[in-house]
Amino acid sequence: MDEKFKVAIIGAGPAGLSAAAHAAELGISHILLEAAPHPANTVHKYQKGKLVMAEPAVLPLRSSMVFSAGTREDILETWQRDIQRDKVNLHLNARVDEIKGERGNFQIVLASGETITAEFVVLAIGLQGNINKLGVSGEDLPNVQYQLDDPREFIDETIVVVGGGDAGVENALALAKQNRVIILNREEEFSRCKESNLALLQAAIKAHRIEAKISSRVEYVDTETENDFSLRVVAKTPKGVEAINCHRVIARLGASPPRKWLESVGVQFPNSDTASTPVLSEQYESNIPGLYIVGALGGSPLIKQALNHGYEVIEYILGNQVEAADEPLLRQKISSFNTSCSVSEGIDFIRRNAPVLSGLTVLQLRELLLEGSILSVRSEEIIFKYGDYTSSFFSVLEGELAVLVRDKDGSDIYFQVKAGNFFGEMGLISGRRRSATVKTITDCVLVEIPRRSMLKLINSVESVRRRLDEVSMKRIVRNCLISTLPGSDLNYLLQGAAIKRYKAGDVIFSQGDKADGLYLIRRGSIVISRRTGGKEDVLSYVVTGNYFGEMALFSERLRSATARAVSETEIVLLKAQVVVEVVERNKELRDQLVTRYREHVIRDVERGEHQEQLESMFGFLVEQGIGEATDILLIDYSLCIRCNNCETACANTHKGIPLFKREAGITHGQVHLTNACRHCEHPYCMLDCPPDVIHRSVNGEVFIADGCIGCGNCKNNCPYDAIQMEAVDTEFKEPSLWQMLLGDAYQGEKIQAPDNASAKIAIKCDLCMDNVMGPACVRACPTGAAMRISPEALALSMRGS
Amino acid sequence: MQHNVLNYKNYRYLKIISLMMVVAIVAYLFHQPATGADAYGGSWLGYSLGILSTLVAIVLMAYGARKRIAPMRTERRSISNAPSPGQTVPNRRGRERNWLRHHGATLQGWLSAHTFLGIALIVLATLHAGFQFGWNVHTLAYALMMVAIVSGCYGTYAYLRFPTLMTANMDGRDTFDALMLEIDELDEQASVKSLQFSDEICALVFRARQETLIGGNLFQQLMAYHHKCPTAQAVKQLQALGKNLSYDQLESFDELYMVMAQKKALVRRARLDVMYRARMEFWLYVHVPFSIAFMGALVAHIIAVLYYW
Repeated sequence: MDEKFKVAIIGAGPAGLSAAAHAAELGISHILLEAAPHPANTVHKYQKGKLVMAEPAVLPLRSSMVFSAGTREDILETWQRDIQRDKVNLHLNARVDEIKGERGNFQIVLASGETITAEFVVLAIGLQGNINKLGVSGEDLPNVQYQLDDPREFIDETIVVVGGGDAGVENALALAKQNRVIILNREEEFSRCKESNLALLQAAIKAHRIEAKISSRVEYVDTETENDFSLRVVAKTPKGVEAINCHRVIARLGASPPRKWLESVGVQFPNSDTASTPVLSEQYESNIPGLYIVGALGGSPLIKQALNHGYEVIEYILGNQVEAADEPLLRQKISSFNTSCSVSEGIDFIRRNAPVLSGLTVLQLRELLLEGSILSVRSEEIIFKYGDYTSSFFSVLEGELAVLVRDKDGSDIYFQVKAGNFFGEMGLISGRRRSATVKTITDCVLVEIPRRSMLKLINSVESVRRRLDEVSMKRIVRNCLISTLPGSDLNYLLQGAAIKRYKAGDVIFSQGDKADGLYLIRRGSIVISRRTGGKEDVLSYVVTGNYFGEMALFSERLRSATARAVSETEIVLLKAQVVVEVVERNKELRDQLVTRYREHVIRDVERGEHQEQLESMFGFLVEQGIGEATDILLIDYSLCIRCNNCETACANTHKGIPLFKREAGITHGQVHLTNACRHCEHPYCMLDCPPDVIHRSVNGEVFIADGCIGCGNCKNNCPYDAIQMEAVDTEFKEPSLWQMLLGDAYQGEKIQAPDNASAKIAIKCDLCMDNVMGPACVRACPTGAAMRISPEALALSMRGS
Repeated sequence: MQHNVLNYKNYRYLKIISLMMVVAIVAYLFHQPATGADAYGGSWLGYSLGILSTLVAIVLMAYGARKRIAPMRTERRSISNAPSPGQTVPNRRGRERNWLRHHGATLQGWLSAHTFLGIALIVLATLHAGFQFGWNVHTLAYALMMVAIVSGCYGTYAYLRFPTLMTANMDGRDTFDALMLEIDELDEQASVKSLQFSDEICALVFRARQETLIGGNLFQQLMAYHHKCPTAQAVKQLQALGKNLSYDQLESFDELYMVMAQKKALVRRARLDVMYRARMEFWLYVHVPFSIAFMGALVAHIIAVLYYW
């Protein structure tokens, strides 16, 4: 080709396509080179029918390529149309070997030997061209594959999936429907995948649909002919070296920048980390003038961002100063506290004044700010109140605030939070009510980050998690143990302290263990039980904000009972030796621990027959997972006359559809636990709601606001069967007394579809949050059998206090 | 665990209503003349007791309405009520909700009051009548009232007694349907197992499957009694037929017998479940119509009294 192009774009992924389409639109001479036989190769390789999301939702799309959330097939079809419409100069099967020259005169050498000359080069090759392989012998054997098109292609095979990220987990879940699947993860936990995928995976493992091997590495892969298997995977697992015979290996180990090649071109990287992205200017220009890098290789892995970057890079090449797509949104947010500063100044200000966020890249911070907000608050205003059910996280940029922690005796204890600090992490971590009231002392500027974004951040950015843990440990001690401890003692107490995480059912310590320390709960709940004569008695139920394990600490004997996590639990473990030393110095702490110790001893001695029955009932409820609930609907079957008035009342107050079935659920003795929503501390339904319409109100009700798209994720994620997908009668009116008397009302079964039916949407119990009188089911029970109660209150009533 | 209808709020309504009755009885005893033609409704005490009884009757009837319609005090939720970042949502309820909850917004409180007021009405109305009865609309109202109250007393007994028995009878099963499914499965097993035996045995098992009735007419429902129940008969006759079988048939016959015996036990459970349900429900078919009839008679009584005044 003799022609000299203005721009050569390498890689026809979202970024490259968007850049080429914009160039075509403006009539700029351009060429788009793609190594694969079709454009958008990565999307093309997605699992068939995969739903592609258009995150982040608030970010406007700025590209001539059309893009909105949809299936893989829809998106590919749309793009194909856009390419033809804009007459994009696309060359397929054109692999680039070398880039030479400088701004104004680049020579691009193709694998075919052809050379293309262009004034500017846009590198949009992404990461997927450089997929990480197993890196062991046998990695290229047939049936060892690094992608999965259609999981339905394989039936009745034994398949080993390697990799604990989203791709691996999603593949494993899809394959497990009709194959035996073994998933191998290098790490101890599946911490790299989305929570919703994690929940599904855990359910599948529990139901023995998938076998998981954690902390396992593949040593080598060999061919195998026995029993019609084709491969043998030899892996190092915690149990030793294991050989697994299988038909197929699917390895999903991510991808990394093709660093060697990029460095040969002359592109520089900021450090030696294999995952790091090239050094770029704000206008995506690399250290080589005229060579631009956009898309995933430039550090923005989301499709929408890549499309925007593709558009912008063409403008930059033309010398136009376009704003980034999120700029106006960010400017608006920043102007709420300072109208004169620019967005980059504002971002810089946040980085300087919020050390907890300083480890983020500018791009990450921008994204975070899109989801969060900046608040300017006047002095003497309340940010949140003790007992509120909010869960966002706040970082203080300017000003001073007072934190009023409620002490065990009900009085408030006062702490100060200054600029550079943060608060609100306790509610975020525990998923429970706020443990303190926070109000401003002076005028303040705060960054508020919603729960969902902050959790994502904690899981993905190590520095954020570390800083959060450091500060929160001190606060946990003050909150759970003693709020008046002097700073020096507090620091001493935290020597050697560690944060430990447990899953539901994990044993924290066992009867007969040596006491290793004092346990403070910062998330979740545990039960203490003792085995006597073959049966297990639940002695107590301890929730977030309390401590346990003090008994053996003082009597210097072995643990007299077993502690087990009943939901996902996080604990701050204080070392035994240190605790004993501090207790010797501090009389108040000693008194408190000793009083508690004596109470336990007395309760232990006085346990009677009736108590044991209640304990067995509570033990049963804990097994049913009420440990992670905040409000359960129990029916006392010794009072319930089975009139189903509760269900009828529910239907009448919720558009004719009962949100639970009285009969469904589980009965133990005379206690019936219904399938009505339990309003979990960390609601599963919230894990993966694309339109983000599931919220928790200040009073604690988890509800689905308007805007449900009917995807059914929440229903699938709920382990308690509390969500239904139904067409709702939009014109529903509560039946009158007259209709009720004539029997023209809800009778336990829906007779016909409603007249004004909506599309199917998710519906669930909202605790009748709009009704000042409380849940209709409870109010409608004539005999007082139905009750809405929190597990803590239940445990208290069990204790008879 | 929970309080029942009688000891609700530590016998709150029993206390209130006992006091009311004591006052009424004492007033009646001190009112002169205590007996004779003027003792009934015509005196000032009679009128007072009459007005009080009418008010009590209205409250009693209001329970029926309250049971069907739960009072609502709603605040509309709009899309903007979803707590958006940066917006601190005010606590929309709080003290008002607690006040209502603690002051009898529950139906249980209503039923507790309904029960005790009903019993009190026996005393109030009898004193109001001054123990004088006759063949007239006044005594008709009294009689209808008494039927309604007595049936209500039975209802209270049923509500307190049967739920516990019902749960125990289900023995850990969650639904009646689950029980029926179990019976169905046993029927299927029995049919298969019976095929290898004589026609007589097959016919017994078949009839037990086809003709065993759970529920039935009111008497059968209330007593859980079914005369010549095919399942019970099959079990009985199988026992006799088993004696004629050869030794090598015995083992599989025992299996069949076990299945049928299990089915009989489950059928008994199902009938008991129906029985408890029926016993907790049938009295309402007396209580409600008689209550409404009483209201009618009461209106007639009041009009008559006022007309002939």
